[in-house]
Amino acid sequence: MEKMPKWADVALIPFLNLLIAFVLSGLVILAIGENPVKALQMMISGALGSTYGWGYTLYYATNFIFTGLAVSIAFKAAMFNIGGEGQAMVGGLGVALVCLYIPFPHWSVAILFAMIGGAVFGAAWAAIPAYLQAKRGSHVVITTIMFNFIAASLLNYMLVNILRPKGEMNPQTAGFPDATHLPTLHEMLAPFGIAFSKSAPVNVSLFIALAACVVVYLLIWRSRLGYEIRSFGHSQEASVYAGISPVKITMIAMLLSGGLSGMMSINNTMGEAERLVLNSVEGAGFIGIAVALMGRNHPFGVLLAALLFGFLYQGGSELSLWTKIPRELVIVIQGLVILFTGALDNMVRKPVERVFIAAAKRRAS
Amino acid sequence: MTLMKTFLGAAASMALTAGAVMAEPAIIFDLGGKFDKSFNEAGFNGAQKWAEETGGSYLEIELQSEAQREQALRRFAETGANPVVTLGFAMSAALSEVAPDFPETTFVANDGWSDAPNVLNVAFAEHEGSYLAGIMAAMASKSNTVGFIGGMDIPLIRKFGCGYAQGVLATNPDAKIISNMTGTTPTAWNDPVKGGELTKAQISQGADVIYAAAGGTGIGVLQTAADEGILSIGVDSNQNYLHPGKVLTSMVKRVDVSVYESMKEGENLKPGMRVMDLAHDGVGLAMDEHNADLVTDEMRAAVDDAKAKIISGEIAVHDYQSDDSCPVINF
Repeated sequence: MEKMPKWADVALIPFLNLLIAFVLSGLVILAIGENPVKALQMMISGALGSTYGWGYTLYYATNFIFTGLAVSIAFKAAMFNIGGEGQAMVGGLGVALVCLYIPFPHWSVAILFAMIGGAVFGAAWAAIPAYLQAKRGSHVVITTIMFNFIAASLLNYMLVNILRPKGEMNPQTAGFPDATHLPTLHEMLAPFGIAFSKSAPVNVSLFIALAACVVVYLLIWRSRLGYEIRSFGHSQEASVYAGISPVKITMIAMLLSGGLSGMMSINNTMGEAERLVLNSVEGAGFIGIAVALMGRNHPFGVLLAALLFGFLYQGGSELSLWTKIPRELVIVIQGLVILFTGALDNMVRKPVERVFIAAAKRRAS
Repeated sequence: MTLMKTFLGAAASMALTAGAVMAEPAIIFDLGGKFDKSFNEAGFNGAQKWAEETGGSYLEIELQSEAQREQALRRFAETGANPVVTLGFAMSAALSEVAPDFPETTFVANDGWSDAPNVLNVAFAEHEGSYLAGIMAAMASKSNTVGFIGGMDIPLIRKFGCGYAQGVLATNPDAKIISNMTGTTPTAWNDPVKGGELTKAQISQGADVIYAAAGGTGIGVLQTAADEGILSIGVDSNQNYLHPGKVLTSMVKRVDVSVYESMKEGENLKPGMRVMDLAHDGVGLAMDEHNADLVTDEMRAAVDDAKAKIISGEIAVHDYQSDDSCPVINF
């Protein structure tokens, strides 16, 4: 069967999906009596029109890159890891413990240990569902989503009873020591004479996220392990026949996935809040699923999709700051994008494919 | 042509809003949302009252994530909004972080605390208002057993419970007080189902008046109390109207007054400390047509008497937060 050109697959279809989502959102905004053109302008200028806007967009994008990569890796091994939320929460706990209890001389050392702490805790949280899947055949979709709730309860318990300083009313840890402060983009660019907004939380974790994209690419497409993961994802029977251990691949893919989710916490917990708060992940684990779907499980696609969702988050914040558009509607807009790019992808794909194939046939005849 | 008009219209309204934001006040609602029928809504009512009276407009945001706390403070301060009013203790850390960067702006921390020099900390004497609520509960109770249902178990809510217990025991030393907290995390502010369950549990232990200091969870307490035919006491906003004839009274915390006054004073608002206690009508009991049949003359007299004595200092209501303990009840 003929296929459509690659550029249509990676660019045209996501673009059409987005267009539909935005048109529908515009209608919703119109229906509640606000001006959709103005709202879109506000979202764009608020998210991309200043270094402040970029700072927040990139901050959110950093979170989504980590969780998007995490979902992609598991996906490559044909597993649907819905537990990114819980793995990132527990990863945050790892980051917090490292930052609070190890006296670091400098942030560069601190971030290495925090990354290890977050990744180990996140991976450990993914290990149990992975083991149950590999050895007992318990479906990883069910177990990972249940583990999200357990993670939330665990974090509750730790923050309320153990890590909360005396006299503090919010369930949160004490602030991390100054030595663990990660340089923000403002601090990193100032020596070069580039003025970047001081208030934006984007920090050095962004570059770690970008590096993670490269590493994941190399791992999946340029390494023996990546080959095993991909072949396992395509056909379990064939890969077993080829001598690949399903237990080993299931475990490794899920541990990598959990580790990446956990590493997200260097951005939100160590970079932004500088203390562990109860709802620090704020849905990034679930957004990661949409990001991976939209990015076609490719690191570069994940990067682009993460930027888009960063834009939606920051643009949405600006909408709720400057208009009377209720916050629930901002969630509706984000939901529409997820719906059209993730769930209803085929609705656009099929007709577009038909158009291309028909055009190709006409040219051939 | 029409497209052009739309664009011009959009540009014009952008320009208008841009011009109008100068020195507008701003208000930041916490995660509960501005229509929580309780704490945040009281703040919203105060802002609306100011807007209606002066014809002015204000900036507002309902927070939906933690990262937005600092963001909203900074963005409002940057555009010249003054004062920037915040609601809830959870804003404290963000205020301490942001306020020093904007020395020209006055921030208002209702329930929060920051020692930055340009922050007005507004503290409410919830223990005094709750004491009065306790007096009414003790007088209305026939079973000599009254209940208290708190939201999230934090010192602030224990302060409500401790004041309430003191009021009950001062009126009826033999009374029994049952106390429950809904939870230990912020979800406890918005869990009406659990509020209803706790209410049933307290009723089965004999309670016939229950005081809910639990934000949105209190809606479930009041509902269940009304369904089961016992009395309840609302909190923060006047909630008497929710179940007329079933809500004994509401311990109102005049967040609306605080917000209204902060906005009215505008740029002349002085930072520092403001205590909203009984003497300043910052807390009190709601008396209206919805609970008129429930309130006897003796209750009214007892409450007025206690109020006068608290103001004069004759009765000292213990504040839980002053030493993290309560002499009359264990939580």
